[in-house]
Amino acid sequence: MMNRNFFLGIDVGSVSTNLVLIDSHTNIIKKIYLRTMGKPIDAIQNGLRDLRKDIEQDITIAGVGTTGSGRSLADTIVGADVVKNEITAHSIASLSVVPDVQTVIEIGGQDPKIIIIRNGIVTDFAMNTVCAAGTGSFLDRQSSRLNISIEEFGNHALKSKNHVRIAGRCAVFAESDMIHKQQMGHRVEDIIWGLCKALVRNYINNVAKGKEIKGPIVFQGGVAANKGIKAAFEEYLKCKVIVPEHYDVMGALGAAILAKEKIERSRRYRSNFYGFDNICTGCYNTSSFECTGCSNLCEVIKIELNGEILARWGDRCGKWKLLNHSGKISNM
Amino acid sequence: MKITFPHMGNLYIILAAFFENLGIDFIVPPPITKKTIELGAMYSPEFACFPLKINVGNFIEALEMGADTIIMAGGIGPCRFGYYAQVEKEILTDLGYKCNMVVLEPPKGNLKEVLFQIYKLLQGKDLNNIIKAAKIAWLKAKALEEIEKEVFFYRAREKVKGMTTKLYRKALRIIHETKEIDSIKSSIERINKEFKRIELKKDHDPLRIGLVGEIYTLLEPSSNMNIEETLGELGAEVEKSIRLTEWTNTNLILDMLRIKGELKCRTAAKPYLNYFVGGHGLESVGETVLYANSGVDGVIHLAPFTCMPEIVAQSILPRVSKEKNIPVITMMLDEHSAEAGFRTRIEAFVDLLEKKREEKLYDEQKLLSWD
Ligand code: SF4
Repeated sequence: MMNRNFFLGIDVGSVSTNLVLIDSHTNIIKKIYLRTMGKPIDAIQNGLRDLRKDIEQDITIAGVGTTGSGRSLADTIVGADVVKNEITAHSIASLSVVPDVQTVIEIGGQDPKIIIIRNGIVTDFAMNTVCAAGTGSFLDRQSSRLNISIEEFGNHALKSKNHVRIAGRCAVFAESDMIHKQQMGHRVEDIIWGLCKALVRNYINNVAKGKEIKGPIVFQGGVAANKGIKAAFEEYLKCKVIVPEHYDVMGALGAAILAKEKIERSRRYRSNFYGFDNICTGCYNTSSFECTGCSNLCEVIKIELNGEILARWGDRCGKWKLLNHSGKISNM
Repeated sequence: MKITFPHMGNLYIILAAFFENLGIDFIVPPPITKKTIELGAMYSPEFACFPLKINVGNFIEALEMGADTIIMAGGIGPCRFGYYAQVEKEILTDLGYKCNMVVLEPPKGNLKEVLFQIYKLLQGKDLNNIIKAAKIAWLKAKALEEIEKEVFFYRAREKVKGMTTKLYRKALRIIHETKEIDSIKSSIERINKEFKRIELKKDHDPLRIGLVGEIYTLLEPSSNMNIEETLGELGAEVEKSIRLTEWTNTNLILDMLRIKGELKCRTAAKPYLNYFVGGHGLESVGETVLYANSGVDGVIHLAPFTCMPEIVAQSILPRVSKEKNIPVITMMLDEHSAEAGFRTRIEAFVDLLEKKREEKLYDEQKLLSWD
């Protein structure tokens, strides 16, 4: 088992931060799922600490990839070899699990997406940031309102025998309609099943609108754990929906695979990774200031490592971003 | 009388040159910044299109600086643009500004009206002067376009990110400040020399990406999240379907003559859309077809959120994309657009095009080695 190369993928999203460690055969050695809770740097540091804790051997990280809306930030902190958008990372991960996948449905905390793949390449995609956003958070809220654990929520839907139609146009309608149906005396499981179907309808109409959905379909992201939503997709699409084993960390998995591909392509390349010790013990300080150089009044964000400026961004004119030649400039 | 006008990409440079040489007092609204957009969005109806909001911001800032006459284009057809000037005037009046709004209606509306409006503005001006002013404005417009083409070329190939953009900003300043007809040419030469000094990446064959869509969103970087710069710095070469001089050609001067360019576009759109839907909806479809035929790798369709003609185009483009085998993505923009999501989609689209190109190369190689 010696001399094995390991690759790390980090997905920093607005809701969760995930890390995945794979070996050179793309086996997942360890995965970590954390809440970002508005503090992405802490989440990355904690994740790396956890990751190392229960891996006994002193491993070498041969490559690192980052993705998610915080991908550039993560790059600044860990020194990544690949910085990729979530759509590419998610499709790479899906392809590694189901090589002939044609459609990827991704519903996480914030931005639901659909990715259309034909012959192993992405041919189309859509990502909704306005409507149907926050499906995961919405489900969380409904489960706590109905006093049912989120793990049990989907199972409840499967018990339903009756059809109750819930207005799924948006979360506000859905919630008030659910309360209305409850007061009319409908059973909880029927309402939950109705809600699952409404959310699926909403996804199809808002995110996947007009796209040709063909099987094999892979369903990933946090919401994929919900059996009710999966069943509702299968009923609507009349097609089997595959939920991969590591459905919740597919972005990080994709980033790790991309890093692996990059390193393996060019033998002489050495990883930028700053090392566990440096990152976990580093003292990062983020601050922001308002630039008064012009009436854009940009909020410029600054990250310091042990008192030295690591990166600055947020400026529209590039004045601050380009100023720092010490340290690494993230490719934002 | 102190004239002002909205920003629309580099249009302000051309208009400033024109009025300056006529000896008409004018104020260029300050550059569009966050403050401009906030002002505009605050006083415009929430569902108005983004360009209207930016215009309102421009006008408020210019009026605050002492302008009293606004020059605005008008429009016809099933598109809200036709009402812009009137709505903007109402908003400004409600806010307590006293100003005059001169609306230049396009020739399809009423040519006499336009001539009359221009005549009123130019009253008492010497004809030679007018011709000279128009000539300078035209030469500057041409110069700006030439520079833009260079920018697209160099930005996609530059070795050090940001060099081209820096030079572009300088070039805009130089053209803006050049006063004499004779020195415009030498200015361009000077700028071109500097472009040639930009170091290029070796063996980089950039993707070609066509931009289509609503004209304001296409021309004004602050309304499209600086998409040209973003794409260029991702290593892609941008091609833009609407250029200022062409637009002026087609819409203001030579419309009655139906110059070739527009006709070509309409013919290209015909199998998919054979009807004027207002704004640039028809052009968006036609230009996408033309891009597909000319071997562009992909097309990005830009539009303000709620823009009706572009929504029509958006619903037709998937068919064009499929039949012409060219990836197309639509981006709807307004003051709420989130930069992170925008960026993610642009990056993913570029990835998609790269993969597609790789696959095509691979297929060609397979074919070659086949016999
Ligand atoms: S960073 Fe640049 S664009 Fe932003 S306020 Fe300062 S000078 Fe203006």
